[in-house]
Amino acid sequence: MSNLETNSIEYMTMEIDGQLFGLPINRVQDVFIPENMTKVPLSNSEIAGVLNLRGRIVTAIDMRRRLDLPDREPGQSFMSVGIEYKNESYGFLIDSVGEVLRLKPSDQEPNPANLEPHWALVSSGVYRLEGQLLVVLDVERVLDLTSAPLAA
Amino acid sequence: MRVAKGNTPLLIMGQDMDDLLSEFLTETTESLDVVDVELVKFEQEPNNAAILNNIFRLVHTIKGTCGFLGLPRLEALAHAAETLMGEFRDGVPVTGEAVTLILASIDRIKNILSDLEENETEPAGSDEDLISKLEIMSAGGSPEAEGLVEAVSESETVSETEAVSETVSEAVTEAVSESESKPDVDDSAAINVVERETKPGEVSLDDLERAFQEADGPDMDIAPVASEPAEEAKVEEPVAEPEPTPVEPPVEAKASDDNAAPAKKKESLKNQSIRVNVDTLEHLITMVSELVLTRNQLLEMDRRHQDSQFKVPLQRLSNVTAELQEGIMQTRMQPIGNAWQKLPRIVRDLALELDKKIDLVMNGADTELDRQVLELIKDPLTHMVRNSADHGLETTQGRIDAGKSETGQVVLSAYHEGGYIIMEIADDGQGLPTEKLKSKIIENGLLSEGEADKLTDAQIHRYVFNAGLSTAKNVTSVSGRGVGMDVVRSNIELIGGIVDLKSTPGVGTTFYIKIPLTLAIVSALIVEASGEKYAIPQLSVIELVRAQADSEHKIEMIKDTPVLRLRNKLLPLIHLSRLLEIEQPKSAEIIDLAATKAALDVAEIDGKPEDDEAEQPADMDVQAGIETPAENPREDVENGFIIVTQVGSNNFGIVVDAVFHTEEIVVKPMSSMLRDISMFSGNTILGDGSVIMIIDPNGIVQAVSSDLSSDEKKSENVAVHATDQDKPVSMLLFKAGSGEPKAVPLSLITRLEEIQCADIEYSNNRYMVQYRGNLMPLVFFDPDEVPNKEGTQALLVFADNERSMAMAVNEIVDIVEEKLDIEVGSSRDGILGSAVIKGVATEVIDMGHFLPQAFADWFQRQEFDQNKFAKKILLVDDSAFFRNMLTPVLKAAGYNVTSVESAQHALDLCEQEIMFDLIVSDIEMPEMNGFEFAEALADGTSWENIPIIALSSHSSPAALERGRQAGFHDYVAKFDREGLIEVLSKSHKPVGVAA
Repeated sequence: MSNLETNSIEYMTMEIDGQLFGLPINRVQDVFIPENMTKVPLSNSEIAGVLNLRGRIVTAIDMRRRLDLPDREPGQSFMSVGIEYKNESYGFLIDSVGEVLRLKPSDQEPNPANLEPHWALVSSGVYRLEGQLLVVLDVERVLDLTSAPLAA
Repeated sequence: MRVAKGNTPLLIMGQDMDDLLSEFLTETTESLDVVDVELVKFEQEPNNAAILNNIFRLVHTIKGTCGFLGLPRLEALAHAAETLMGEFRDGVPVTGEAVTLILASIDRIKNILSDLEENETEPAGSDEDLISKLEIMSAGGSPEAEGLVEAVSESETVSETEAVSETVSEAVTEAVSESESKPDVDDSAAINVVERETKPGEVSLDDLERAFQEADGPDMDIAPVASEPAEEAKVEEPVAEPEPTPVEPPVEAKASDDNAAPAKKKESLKNQSIRVNVDTLEHLITMVSELVLTRNQLLEMDRRHQDSQFKVPLQRLSNVTAELQEGIMQTRMQPIGNAWQKLPRIVRDLALELDKKIDLVMNGADTELDRQVLELIKDPLTHMVRNSADHGLETTQGRIDAGKSETGQVVLSAYHEGGYIIMEIADDGQGLPTEKLKSKIIENGLLSEGEADKLTDAQIHRYVFNAGLSTAKNVTSVSGRGVGMDVVRSNIELIGGIVDLKSTPGVGTTFYIKIPLTLAIVSALIVEASGEKYAIPQLSVIELVRAQADSEHKIEMIKDTPVLRLRNKLLPLIHLSRLLEIEQPKSAEIIDLAATKAALDVAEIDGKPEDDEAEQPADMDVQAGIETPAENPREDVENGFIIVTQVGSNNFGIVVDAVFHTEEIVVKPMSSMLRDISMFSGNTILGDGSVIMIIDPNGIVQAVSSDLSSDEKKSENVAVHATDQDKPVSMLLFKAGSGEPKAVPLSLITRLEEIQCADIEYSNNRYMVQYRGNLMPLVFFDPDEVPNKEGTQALLVFADNERSMAMAVNEIVDIVEEKLDIEVGSSRDGILGSAVIKGVATEVIDMGHFLPQAFADWFQRQEFDQNKFAKKILLVDDSAFFRNMLTPVLKAAGYNVTSVESAQHALDLCEQEIMFDLIVSDIEMPEMNGFEFAEALADGTSWENIPIIALSSHSSPAALERGRQAGFHDYVAKFDREGLIEVLSKSHKPVGVAA
């Protein structure tokens, strides 16, 4: 393993409601525009629906709902980041995809103590980038819907 | 033993394992399974030489191969077993004891084999115990055996030399003895056997050689030669008749010849099949499934282009795909007999153990079904057969007393019906003990006595499928170990099957299992509700009915419940959109309607090709429906398509907005995130590429079961339901423990709190949290649960006087006002039963179970600790749920509550002259009802002047009048907490002064 690999992680950045987020790129399977989504009645509100991606059934998770952010305006475009987890396919619905950044783990800071609980649940840390902050999403925790904070 | 099943041969073929060894293991395991079955048959027909020969040959093959491969331990054991069998062949009478011993040896061989498979060497250990028993049995089994044997051996040697060419015989004999002598050197046990067994051993060895050759020798040699001894046998037969024992050998020789022919046939059959890795097959099936999907997709595209040049090749592709699919599904098909293979042995062992005489009859063993289903059905089936043999059949004496034949019968049959395979397990035993079951049900709190009395016998019987209802008085090693029919039922339901039973006292019990032939591809009806499409498995659909306001079929309402008159019966209806909570606001309707119409048009054009595949009787209805699409499907509740569905004994109609076509769909499992939605059994990709959810009729039934649980029950319970449903209750919905939503009446909860998990402390064997300056015990729904290390924890706080406890829950979902209609049916601690809340089956939790977990004396201490000025109330109610629910409510309102479970208990208190300020009594109670109770009190007792409030909801004027006459002061509906408190405060004031 080269020094470069051990000392830095590549993050795919994405924007959700104006905030920059990052996912370790090795967790990202693909990026696609979700089409033809089927709603799943009685499911958690975070689940936007299921869709067919090249013959696989993908469960789409609305990251805005997951992060307790307001829903997208009707007509606003969105993208999906494909994730494989425990042999199942998921799609994180986000507003837009950004560039890939190579960041040092040593630069990562823990979540600020006062971070909103919904965010603290799914984030594994924060990077101070020039001009903005990047919140690192933790795939396992995003997918663990049972850990949602108290609804009431 | 388990791994080396015949149908998973490749499992044992590790790459580095010796090919020979693995081949040996595969064959041996198969042979042993056969031996098991044959031996049981043999025990019943000890004179059937053909069976004996068969067993003998198999065991001998095992022995021979062991010697060849250098497996001394196996060889010694097989040899000893074989010697004993040799004795049988020589006319020693077959005893059950001997067969048991041989079966035990075969079990041991299997154990060694499975070890061998894992480690590729024989495990260390001695089989001296078995071998010596076998020896004693073969030696002592019949004292004159030796003399006979010698005589026999002589006559046989003659026939043998004739029968088999000497060279072959000698060669084989040498080969075998050589391979035998080699291990003998290093295995003392084997030496013992061989040395001691010389005499009887020799004889049987000769026999063995012959059998060996018949089985494995080249076909050419045997076929022509075989006819000779057969003729000989015929000549000798007349002589044989009077003296059975010495003449056995010729008879046997004949039998073995008979056997040779089928054996040969079998061999040629064998050559036509090859072993294929199961994984390879599975992979093929998946690929074909994908191909089917793609084909459907292409067909869908093709439909949109009327005169496409692809039409013809597509048609061809479609046909080929269909054929391929059928062919590949065929490879998965196995006769159900494979799942039954072990049963004769199990029943035989059972019969011995229980000292019963049991006949196992198996019909339709060649009925084929999917391998996957077969594997899943094996265990439940075994369990049910055991159950029938153990619980179903009486003891021998019991049978004689009942005037039945001594031998009990368990009949296992299988046959195809539609897309299902039906299995029946019938015994001619005593039938289910209805009364015993009933008392058990009541004892376990599944039903109150009153409720239980209303059920028919058949309904009571079905409770055997509930957890924890073993009726066996004694836990035998066979059954009654707690893993009961509930597990069987859930296993069967897991694969989309149904289990039911019919029991007649004294005549027997029959269990029915209905399971789908295959799980991978199902034919489904595509329907629409509120603009979304769903698939309903065709198997559960009985027929389709088009409902229109002005037609014969129209949806009618009983209060808020839709029903349909169908052939002189009332069919309960469920709106799919309501069930799935996808009802749409009116404004969306117009756009939606357009979409529906467009979809209908598409369906109309192509209806044919799809429908050809699925031969469903309701097709005509679908077509009729599509040709005249509803003007406005959602406008009027009286219109709609009704899918008449059957689940178990429940018939109900699912109302949808539109019905399209049927489509072959490949069921894909739901994402684990969605799996807790019981309404769906999976999802799939349709021909148009969209994902569609597959409705699970079982889930629907569960969700609405309280409304539906079979017709008879419904009519019987109408009164109860009506009363409970009268008033809506505020319920808190939450999630805790397992996935199902849970509910608790809001009136019981004091506060909702959220704490940091880090604040949870563990002391004195329980979880605590510091709360408002006090330590508050924390209980979990699932006693094994441990709190998260971090994050927050939602709590339901229950407080009573100065004490409070908290229940940790995963998520608080909602607070709803809903009519609480408990479908009693839970035997799980902490659950009162299930109710439909917001269309979802919800478990209503029993706080009475959890409160004592926090404070063991939660309920008792109150009585003594109460403010002595508090008014004392006596609560009489047979239902534990109401007592547990109302007691805290009343206490919270400042009363000192004593609760009793029957009018009789109350009268006992009355006799002790314990005084109360008020009595609150249920009306519907078993034994003595509320009216009688009130009348009894009014009859000059010490309680004569205590006001009584009726807790009921027979709020008809007649009932009110009846109550007044009986002496009730007031009426309060159950669940009307506010009303109760108000009535109480009104009632006790004047009396309070008097008291």
